[in-house]
Amino acid sequence: MTIEATTPSGERMILNMGPHHPATHGVLRIVVESDGEVVANCTPDHGYLHRSIEKIGECVEWQMFVPYTDRIDYVCAMNANLAYCVGVEQLLRSDPGTAVQVPFRAECIRVLVAELNRISSHMIAVGAMAMDVGAVTPFLHSIAQREMVNDIFEKLCGQRLTYNYITVGGVAYDLTPGAPDEIASFLNTFEKEMVRFNKLITTNTIFRDRCASVAVVTSDEAIAWGLVGPNLRGSGVDWDLRRDEPYGIYGQLAVRVPFGERFAGRHGAVGDCYDRYIVRLLEVQESVRLCREVLKLLPPPAPKATDQTGGFQADVKKQLARPPKGEMYSRTEAPRGEMGYFIVSDGTKVPYRVRCRTGSFSAAGIFHHVMKGIFLADVVAVIGSFDVVVPEIDR
Amino acid sequence: MTDDPMMNALPGSTKQKAGNQLDEQIHLTAVDEFLAWGKENSLFYLLFATACCGIELMQAGGPRYDLDRLGMIPRATPRQSDLMIIAGTITHKMAERVRLIYQQMTEPRWVVSMGSCANSGGPFSKWSYSVLNGIDKYIPVDIYIPGCPPRPEALIDGVYALRERVRRYRTLGVRETVPHIVASADAAFGCHFGKGGSKQPEEPKA
Repeated sequence: MTIEATTPSGERMILNMGPHHPATHGVLRIVVESDGEVVANCTPDHGYLHRSIEKIGECVEWQMFVPYTDRIDYVCAMNANLAYCVGVEQLLRSDPGTAVQVPFRAECIRVLVAELNRISSHMIAVGAMAMDVGAVTPFLHSIAQREMVNDIFEKLCGQRLTYNYITVGGVAYDLTPGAPDEIASFLNTFEKEMVRFNKLITTNTIFRDRCASVAVVTSDEAIAWGLVGPNLRGSGVDWDLRRDEPYGIYGQLAVRVPFGERFAGRHGAVGDCYDRYIVRLLEVQESVRLCREVLKLLPPPAPKATDQTGGFQADVKKQLARPPKGEMYSRTEAPRGEMGYFIVSDGTKVPYRVRCRTGSFSAAGIFHHVMKGIFLADVVAVIGSFDVVVPEIDR
Repeated sequence: MTDDPMMNALPGSTKQKAGNQLDEQIHLTAVDEFLAWGKENSLFYLLFATACCGIELMQAGGPRYDLDRLGMIPRATPRQSDLMIIAGTITHKMAERVRLIYQQMTEPRWVVSMGSCANSGGPFSKWSYSVLNGIDKYIPVDIYIPGCPPRPEALIDGVYALRERVRRYRTLGVRETVPHIVASADAAFGCHFGKGGSKQPEEPKA
């Protein structure tokens, strides 16, 4: 549905959304040009949270950059840690002399925390989207679930938001003795809570009709504009790096990939806001299943941290002091889509260049395209459905 | 007279039990103290978050920590809010906008700097070329809360430190200048540095 923005006199109104706007998920500024009701043009203005994290990557040692990856995407900090560490390990593996073998238990813990963080990240995404279109209560329910995940992580590594838990060669601490049982019981209660959450908002007719057929991105458009992650899958493209280019132990797990299928019914279209919303909820279910699968695979802890199966950390001190020269791009599937690191090494203990590619960046690129011809009130719904986190765009 | 403990805690109240006599239903207090009591218990805060601390601010307003019970309700516009919680990193580009938002707030207004980034630049202070090292270079800050990010408990502790300050604010009378307060990292450790403003931290005994 595309409507032309026209007024009798041909005048257009310029509306500034942001950088302080409650619905823009941080400090995103969008200059909207409209006739008062229909958006004619929209220009995102970025850089209000540019913290020069990539430049800092050229100043600090390999391992010291991990805390900064937390701040690139703080809603899913575990996945951000994982993306960087997988990249550095891949660089080390390019030379047989420095190849590092991550213990199997550490790989299991990595998948476990990454999937738990995917749950908590998508809880923020769907809750914030519901809040943006006017329903506050679902947000409170989803925040309550996020608190449970935070409790698990706090026992694991002492932090609630920026974890610095996954390190090059493994993870920083082993699981606490009771942690697998706690995670299993959380998953059980979480599934029950999700049924209540879906009754409250997902199947709500008002919410569904509000999001149906809004900002439709066809599968060809999504590929052409370089969308990644749930935004790409929401448009009906069956692509997930965890299944199609597995890293870590994802190759041993059967990852099922949900994608958009016009969930809103006859009023909807493949790739509308409602599809992107539903894909996130289905991914949460898949994460719950993956967590249970990994808990079965988890080997018992070993007395030595560097044990090849039961340990939680490989010793990488020597390798990181003299890494191989060269450049490497590695990508992982974070909740907001593909998170890739382009790493250039000149053989010293400090990276020559660290470049990060994130999902929100691609999502912000398509804004001006999808927002042409939608109603002004739908702009916040579109921003919510793409689930952008601003520091991921600005870095 | 009411059973509400808040009302009984009203400064200068006679603290009598509820009764039906007229003199038992009348409170005598100063106007300034009454206004301060009202302000203290209805600190509406601006829904403003830039970075990581914003998620902790959202969770502090969520069901478990529930800032609403302190009379703190988020407002979307600066014109309706008394308190601005600077949650997150402020870059040079953003700092001017923060000042604009601050100037739009009606007086009396308070500012809480939440987290290391807003306090001093935090992990970005040394290497980053674009991050402002401390928002207090642009707007006056009342309370600093350390942490990266601070826990919601630390934020609530900071809010209590701010309430002390609001309680001593005088609308009509002579305003005293209060030294800025650093809220403690965690109330559980019992380290209330200068909480109450006039009370200085005790010297360690030799």
